[in-house]
Amino acid sequence: MSATVNPPVAFTQDELGWVSWIDPLPEAELTERHFNGLVDRARAKSDYFRLLVRDPEVLEARTKTDKDIFYNVADGLPRAERELAAAATSRYNGCIYCASVHARFASTYSKRREDVQRLLDEGIKADLGERWNAIVKASVALAATPIAFGPSNIEELRRAGLDDAEIVDVINGASFFNWANRLMLSLGEPSK
Amino acid sequence: MSTTDIIDTLAGIKPGSALDAIRARRLQARENAQKSYLALFEPIDASEFSLVERAAVALFVIGLHREPNVTAFYRAKLAATADGARLIEVVEAEIARGETSGPYGAYPAGPLSPENMAGLIYRVSAEDKSVLGARLTAAFEHAHLLVFRPRDAASADMKALLDAGWSNTGIVTFSQLVAFLSFQVRVVSGLRTLAAVNA
Repeated sequence: MSATVNPPVAFTQDELGWVSWIDPLPEAELTERHFNGLVDRARAKSDYFRLLVRDPEVLEARTKTDKDIFYNVADGLPRAERELAAAATSRYNGCIYCASVHARFASTYSKRREDVQRLLDEGIKADLGERWNAIVKASVALAATPIAFGPSNIEELRRAGLDDAEIVDVINGASFFNWANRLMLSLGEPSK
Repeated sequence: MSTTDIIDTLAGIKPGSALDAIRARRLQARENAQKSYLALFEPIDASEFSLVERAAVALFVIGLHREPNVTAFYRAKLAATADGARLIEVVEAEIARGETSGPYGAYPAGPLSPENMAGLIYRVSAEDKSVLGARLTAAFEHAHLLVFRPRDAASADMKALLDAGWSNTGIVTFSQLVAFLSFQVRVVSGLRTLAAVNA
């Protein structure tokens, strides 16, 4: 572990760093295969992505999955609520780094920074209004192992006004963060 | 894609159904979830993490989620892997030993400490260690950590994998495999629940 790590001890919307516990690939060793895996060439500057690019095919597919689930907003759930699902999942799994990034995005897109902060401070039981409560609860039910998501979660999401395409976005967004959280938590640690 | 979509198959989504149409609106996500699966289970290079190891870890991880149809899929996958069939009984015994509920674990000391929750710290049984070998023993113990208490992960866990013979690249692929399966099984469960409500 690097001596410079100053790990945060609470959930925050501040920008955090992330320090890898094992060696990323050196930038000078990246080949075309690796750049394809990075998808965005600028990611070669990031330790996290130069670590994951040790398996370029998996990283490429994962990155493209991520981008479509969160950024393809031609229809379905508003961006803010996809980020809310990501933040709630990260809060529940305990990923301080992922929660910081996606809480910040949820605040930016929803303009409800204080509500997002209450999710971070009070946890997944914070009362954020019917619609957000339903999204948080469904995300948390999906994150539990064994999975606790059931018909009652779908009924609650529908009562809160979500249609099936939006419910699929909740399922995708929350599920994806069970992938992301496990990488960020196990390969390194956040730093203030 | 020409290959059968694993998530559609496991979630029971039929071509032409309403959920098929909804998934088609996130085509890039759907196709790349499939490509992730293929990259992990039909890799270009399996030298750092063998196919039988991948299938054994997958059965263990999915078995811990107690999703019977997804477990059956990965059990069949292990059975079809060269030398994999002999491991099934041992993997299933280890799933039974490892079953619990998560997430649990500890936060860094500070204001979150009251949320710390103790739970099972899983270790492979002494008799199964000899069947699984050092690499898979370390992999199962780390996979259990990732499934149930990812917030407990520490740099020492990386050292344990390295000491058991895992390379840096092997650790990255192994971590992706466990994390990807955590995603895949949830998408399947969520979509299957939605399909059932609508049926």
